Amino acid sequence: MMETLQNLLGPAWPVVWTLVKIIAIVLPLMGGVAYLTLAERKVIGFMQVRIGPNRVGYYGLLQPLADGIKLLMKEIIIPSAANRTLFLLGPVLAIAPALAAWAVVPFDLTLVLADIDAGLLYILAMTSVAVYGVIIAGWASNSKYAFLGSLRSAAQIVSYEIAMGFALVGVLMSANSLNLGKIVLAQSGGILQWYWLPLFPLFIVYFISAVAETNRAPFDVAEGESEIVAGFHVEYSGMAFAVFFLAEYANMFLVAALAALMFLGGWLSPVAFLPDGIWWLIIKVFALLFIFLWFRATFPRYRYDQIMRLGWKVFIPVTLVWILFVGGMMQTRWAYLFH
Amino acid sequence: MITKIRELFASFMLLELVKGMALTGRYFFARKVTVQFPEERTPISPRFRGLHALRRYPNGEERCIACKLCEAVCPAMAITIESEQREDNTRRTTRYDIDLTKCIFCGFCEESCPVDSIVETRIFDYHGEKRGDLTYTKPMLLAVGDKYEAQIAADRAQDAKYR
Repeated sequence: MMETLQNLLGPAWPVVWTLVKIIAIVLPLMGGVAYLTLAERKVIGFMQVRIGPNRVGYYGLLQPLADGIKLLMKEIIIPSAANRTLFLLGPVLAIAPALAAWAVVPFDLTLVLADIDAGLLYILAMTSVAVYGVIIAGWASNSKYAFLGSLRSAAQIVSYEIAMGFALVGVLMSANSLNLGKIVLAQSGGILQWYWLPLFPLFIVYFISAVAETNRAPFDVAEGESEIVAGFHVEYSGMAFAVFFLAEYANMFLVAALAALMFLGGWLSPVAFLPDGIWWLIIKVFALLFIFLWFRATFPRYRYDQIMRLGWKVFIPVTLVWILFVGGMMQTRWAYLFH
Repeated sequence: MITKIRELFASFMLLELVKGMALTGRYFFARKVTVQFPEERTPISPRFRGLHALRRYPNGEERCIACKLCEAVCPAMAITIESEQREDNTRRTTRYDIDLTKCIFCGFCEESCPVDSIVETRIFDYHGEKRGDLTYTKPMLLAVGDKYEAQIAADRAQDAKYR
């Protein structure tokens, strides 16, 4: 069947085939994002001894659908003082990198859209671009709250990018590769061979930086409902707001997937007698996402200067020290522990 | 010095954060306290002060004698009463309005009433769909009283020994 299609489409075939693959990645991702919002409300509800949304469909399972329809029907208000072009560009710039980064994520040994060698660099570049959506949205809204929110977000994301980058430097030192698939394969051999063990401090730093990168609680000062109303997206409504929302959750999926790939062995099975497969990646991603939600249910929001202190004075030195330690150990006879 | 080092160590091990997460983690499995409102209801005291009602005597005669004590005592001035002499020479209200948007549900009207006519019932889930719907007139209040008389009487009886 594939060959007949290939002959039918001729030179357009690679484009069509790539588009099909993109849809095969984005559609489940969007479904996951929709249900992550429900999972978030349920998990936080459970931790607050409530039961969460349960009215729309069985156990509230249609709630994301209802939310989506509601937001679709709503009017998109563009403030008269806003910069129209940039105002509408903001949400697009927020969600595009969150989706584009999935291009290099390997779901399986062969299941990857673009198997490029500098995958890790590409990921870092893409997650850095995401901050522009927030900055542009905050600036174009021409509102003081949105502006303050975007300033906070910009400073925060830039600071934590460094710690995150350093944490990943440790990974690429161990794996000797920037290709995500090779990084995963370098961890093969069961749960004790995954990089979370030799690079434990980097794993923790990476995960906490990832929470900060995605502007999630307790690092959600960019939104800061109690101080700056809703931060950078205060002027957005309807679908424009929904796109920001989707971007935030898609980013959560992305950083959870990256943490699973870099430190938890991606699609590899934790024990030898179980087969490897994409389901392991899915399980790991959902476990990490649960921790994201758990964080939100547990911790109060950081004060802004505390965020900066943690990023610059704790995480960056810790990652540097551990990179030095790993580098030093690699010169000794215990080097095998760190590969 | 040693405590300083210990504190530094504890903060690096994220001990307090783990403790906090252990707490929320325990509550994740705790029994949920949510009351599914329309299907489940919490118990209500017989002294509950909800929607107002005007009561009647068992023979069907309305209790209110238009003494206007409730109108006078109402701190929110939510009650408006007009009265006249009926053919049998008794004084009765021609108008008895309670503006529920003004009412603060303090229960003074009920306390002041010498004939136990105006009462506050257990009903708290009522609504108005347009402006003015929450200004209850005499027939509306009497209708509430007629409909819930059994419950109202039972509540008064239960509370009588404390009055």
